[in-house]
Formats: sequence, structure tokens, C-alpha cells
Amino acid sequence: MARATTPRRKALTTLAAWSVALIIFFPVLWMILTSFKTEASAVASPPEFLGASWTLENYAEVWSRSDYPRFFWNSVVISVGSTLLGLVIAIPAAWSMAFVPGKKTKDLLMWMLSTKMMPAVAVMIPIYLLFQWLGIYDSKIGLVIALMLMNLPIIVWMLYTYFKEIPGEILEAARMDGAGLWNEVVYVLAPMAVPGIASTVLLNVILAWNEAFWTITLTTTKAAPLSAFIASFSAPQGLFYAKLSAASTMAIAPILILGWFSQKQLVRGLTFGAVK
Amino acid sequence: MNMTLRALLGATALLALTGVAMAETEITVATVNNGDMVRMQGLMDDFYAKHPDIKVNWVTLEENVLRQNVTTDIATGGGQYDVLTIGTYEVPIWGKQGWLASLDDLPADYDVNDLLPAIRGGLTVDGKLMASPFYGESSMVMYRKDLMEAAGLTMPDAPTWADIEKAAAAMTNRDAEINGICLRGKAGWGENMAFLTAMSNSFGARWFDETWKPQFDQPEWKATLDFYLNLMTQYGPAGASNNGFNENLTLFQQGKCGMWIDATVAASFVTGKDSTVADKVGFALAPDNGLGKRGNWLWAWSLAIPASSTKQDAAKTFINWATNKDYLALVASKEGWANVPPGTRTSLYSNEEYAKVPFAKMTIDSINAADPNAPTVKPVPYVGVQFVAIPEFQGLGTSVGEIFSAALAGQQTSDEALAAAQTVVTDEMTAAGYIK
Repeated sequence: MARATTPRRKALTTLAAWSVALIIFFPVLWMILTSFKTEASAVASPPEFLGASWTLENYAEVWSRSDYPRFFWNSVVISVGSTLLGLVIAIPAAWSMAFVPGKKTKDLLMWMLSTKMMPAVAVMIPIYLLFQWLGIYDSKIGLVIALMLMNLPIIVWMLYTYFKEIPGEILEAARMDGAGLWNEVVYVLAPMAVPGIASTVLLNVILAWNEAFWTITLTTTKAAPLSAFIASFSAPQGLFYAKLSAASTMAIAPILILGWFSQKQLVRGLTFGAVK
Repeated sequence: MNMTLRALLGATALLALTGVAMAETEITVATVNNGDMVRMQGLMDDFYAKHPDIKVNWVTLEENVLRQNVTTDIATGGGQYDVLTIGTYEVPIWGKQGWLASLDDLPADYDVNDLLPAIRGGLTVDGKLMASPFYGESSMVMYRKDLMEAAGLTMPDAPTWADIEKAAAAMTNRDAEINGICLRGKAGWGENMAFLTAMSNSFGARWFDETWKPQFDQPEWKATLDFYLNLMTQYGPAGASNNGFNENLTLFQQGKCGMWIDATVAASFVTGKDSTVADKVGFALAPDNGLGKRGNWLWAWSLAIPASSTKQDAAKTFINWATNKDYLALVASKEGWANVPPGTRTSLYSNEEYAKVPFAKMTIDSINAADPNAPTVKPVPYVGVQFVAIPEFQGLGTSVGEIFSAALAGQQTSDEALAAAQTVVTDEMTAAGYIK
């Protein structure tokens, strides 16, 4: 029996949800506010808000000092490219694990996930040398491959979970109607798993966009994405918090906007199959 | 083949050759984000006007990230960078490893003899200049003249640690949120250990004796750490174990520190437009204890060429431009003498215009007071004032820094901290083969 929802309970729940959301979002909000302050105002104690000196100077300086469009374009290519390449590999892998599992499927899934537990720095030198040797250091294709491999376990796991929710009988029916493997995956499975695939794509684009260790380690000038753009404004000697905030805001703005407009799809995908 | 075709082919070949002759050499410069480096990037039009055949690509990174990337590249012979921005700590180590190209063949107008002897000494390995200093720094006392005056005290130009303690006690006003002194407490070999190692020199302490035996069990280190902890506990800011350069700069600029002992480069910040106490700041040499050594460090951000670079000629051309006397004159003409990269050349300090900059004299006096080859009172087997120029020091310095930072946070006593430091360093040095 459904629990009765009183107006008071609804108001309290709404208030609690907004409070939690504000706490989670506050660091980002503060960073955005700081980006519009002068350097002196940015580090004022107690922190200034209404009485702060507001300015657009930080954005002007960050824009003039660096080639933002190049960093932005590199981020787009690397994050979208690695996600799409990951899907090409992960969809067939997840299909086989979900619908024709073998004895070792569970072990294989666990092994894939376990690769995420190794600290990245442990394989830094081998990967670095490999990239040098293959001639893909500081190239977008190199980073697409690196980030795809890094996120592949997550993509496979997510798709596997979504595919498991799809009744096998539907695929069987398609086969009985004469659908081959390709048609079964493309015309039956994929449309049914669209919410799951969409949320997988969004999550992995976000993960790739925000990745900083490999994108900074494996690039210098040509393929450096927005993570390197932010790092270039971090200063050990000197207070440049407002400029650093402006650079960070410019770096996260595209992904923040993407997340905002696709939140419905993202939530739907992430909660897919959560309630039976 | 008719004449027309021959002529066309000949013209094409000539064009191709012209293309080769005019081809740009692209060099990649790895650097940190600080005011002087940013200023240089803004003055590149001058370089391109003089050297249109060289294009410079910048890779600007946070100091620790830069150190990691450059170390990886240079150790694996990657050759991704043609010019590196490196510190005084790396130069002797990397120079000895054969990772850097010698800069002894820079043009005569570079005037190597004009480099400050202390700085040049720190960048020379086996008699060869391995890096060219872009700016040099030491550390000194920055203090509030108004608070000292209100307390009825005068800061000597060359104070002792006793003077510093007395001034800190007099200026501390907890009700007005004024801390008598602000010092580094954040753990790290380049953070609290840069300060504490330099300070320990003035107390006669040393990291190692001549046989590489750690010295944290000696009375000189006990005196250093006890004095530091007492000073900071009584007159320092709350949460000082989290404070590094930028945190103390914030406190000082907001008028919450009576004194701050840190890098000379901070002088331009505390007297700059973002400082609320800009017109009230005085400068003095880092303190001593009457033992003949002051508690100041010596550091230079320098430009070097990795041996793996295939464009060493273009890299040397760039380094000559960026660290030449002419560059200092260029900055002065565009941005004023106060913004000239300090601490590298003798001629700068004999310039009458530069002498008018308020912190110029104290900077050069501080740099001259540091000797990386004889940093402390007793003899040592290492080079370096606020560091020990061995590859193991980054890890050792950070480990000991964490122990001392914990002592500052009240998590252990100074005796416990020193005993722990002695154990950690002894174990590491034994494992590394220094102690037989």
C-alpha cells in the first residue's frame, strides 16, 4: 500500500533535497563566484559576497593568455572519441556476457573491474614509453585509445547491467522471426537499451572530460585538453585564485551545460532496473 | 622533355629549397605559472622579431606536475621538451646524470661572468654551466613597520632569532587577529622543510655528517625544532600546519601577520596592489644565531636543455634571449624596473634605477648570504642550502616534513618527531646505500 504523502512531508522532503543539492553544488558555485572577483576579493577573510569587487577581468586575461578553443576542441575529440570507440567494443562484449554467459563470465567481469583498482601511476612509465615507441605521444588518437581502455570496464559493466534487464525471450522471438545477430543487436537490443546506452555515453563523456592524470602526462602542446589548460593556471607562488577559478569555470562549463540538459536521460539511465 | 617542362620542374625545386631554408624550428618550453614567466610569454614579440625562424610552444604546468612530467621525459629520453624550467635542486642531480646539455657555448653577449656567483655556483656541474638562471631568490624577513613602531621596537637589518621572538611576542594581538609571526607549516620538501632546513643551518644543524649519518638526534636539530614549535604555538596563526607560501601570503596581505619569513619574491606581492598593508612593509635579512650562518635559502628557476632535445641550437638561442641582460632591459622598458626578474645578474644590482626598488638591496644581500657548497656551520657531504642535492631528498624531505608538520599540529612532541625523523632517514639512507 502506498504511503500517504502529506503537504508537510512533501515540503520537508523538497527542502531536504534542495539542501543536499546545494551542499553538493556549493564548491562549484563558489568557484564560479570567485571567478568574477578581483584577486584581493577572492582571498578576503571573512569571505566576501555582497561587498565583493566584481569583475570580468579574469576571463579576459585567461582568454588572452591561452588558446582556449584548441584545448576545448581537444577535450571534445578525446572524450567523445574514447566513448564511441568504447561503445563499439563494449556493446558486443556486454551482449555476449548478458545473453550467452559462459562459466567464467562473472570472473571476467570482476577481473575487468579489478583493473580499475590499480593506481594509474603504477603503469605510468610503461605507458609513457609505449606511447613514445608507437609515436602517439601528444596525439588525440593516443588519448582516445588510453581513455577508452581506462573507461572500458565501466562501459561494459553498465551495458551488461542494462542488457540483463531486457527479457531474453524478446531476442529469442526476433531470432525465430529470422533476425540474424547483427539485426538482433542493432534493431531489437539497441533500441530497447537506448536509455542505458545514453546514460553510459553521458557518464563516460563526463569521466573522460574530467580525466587529468593521463591527459596531462601524455600530452605537451598538440593534444592537451582542458585539464592541462586548468593546470597551467595553478601557481605555487602568488595568489591567482580568481584567474584559476575563471579557467576552471571555462573548462567545466561545457560539461555542466551538457549535464544540465541531459539530466533527465542520465537519471533515467542510472536508475534503469533499480526498481522491479 | 621540353624547355617549358624543365623550367617548371626547376622552379618547383627552387621553391622547395626556399621552403626548407625558411622552415620554422619549433621548440617546446616547459614552464611553471609564475609572474615572471607569464610576463616573458607576453614579451615574445621581441623574440620573434629577432628570430623569425624559431617558433616557441609553451607547456605551462603546476610545479609538481611539471617536475613529474619533465622527470619522466628526461629519464626516458623522450625528447618532448627542448627547454626546461628547473630549480636549483634538479640541476646538480640531472647534470651529473648527463641529462642536461652544457650551456658553456652561449654567445659572448650572454656574459656568463655577470651571473651572481652564488647562483652560478649552484647551476654549475663539474665546471660546466648546466642551466641559465631566469630568476633567483632567497628568503628574508618581511615585517609590519607600523606594528613594530606601535610596540616600541626597531627591526635590525640583520636580526637574530632572539630579536624575531621578541618582536613576535610584542606584535601578537589575538583580539585583533594579528599573529606575531607566520611561517610555513605545510608538509613537503619544498614547503615546511625548505624553511626548516634553512633555519636549522643558522642553529648549526645539518641533515647528514660527513659519512652520511643522519643528524636529527643531535642537539642542534632539537634546538631548531623546539624554537620553531614554540614560536609558532605562541605567536603563529591557528592551523599553521596547513600553511604554505600562498596561505601565509594571504594572511600577510590581509594584515594578519606581524612578520613573515619567506621567499624574497614575495616582496613584490606584499607591496603590490592586492595587499592591504603595501605601504607598511619593511624588510630584513633572515635571522641568525650568532654562528656565522643565516636562516635563508637560495633558489633559482633556471632554463636548461635536455640532452635528448634535437633542437639544441634553437633552444640555446631562446635561452640566450630570455636570460640575457638585454631581456632585463626589455622588461624594464615595458613594465618598469620593479618587474624585472631578480637575483641573477650582478649588473642589475649596480643599476641606479633598480637600486630604487625597495626590496632590491635586501634581495641581493640575502642571496649573497647563502652558500650552497657550505650551507651550515659544520662540514657536510652535500650541496644545497634548503635541500640536499641527492635524488632521495624529495622523498626524505617530504617524509620528515610530514613528521614535523604533525608536531606543529600537536600530534606529537618535538622529541618524538626528531626520533621518528632519525629512524625514517636512517632507514632510507641505508636502503639507498649511503650508509654501509
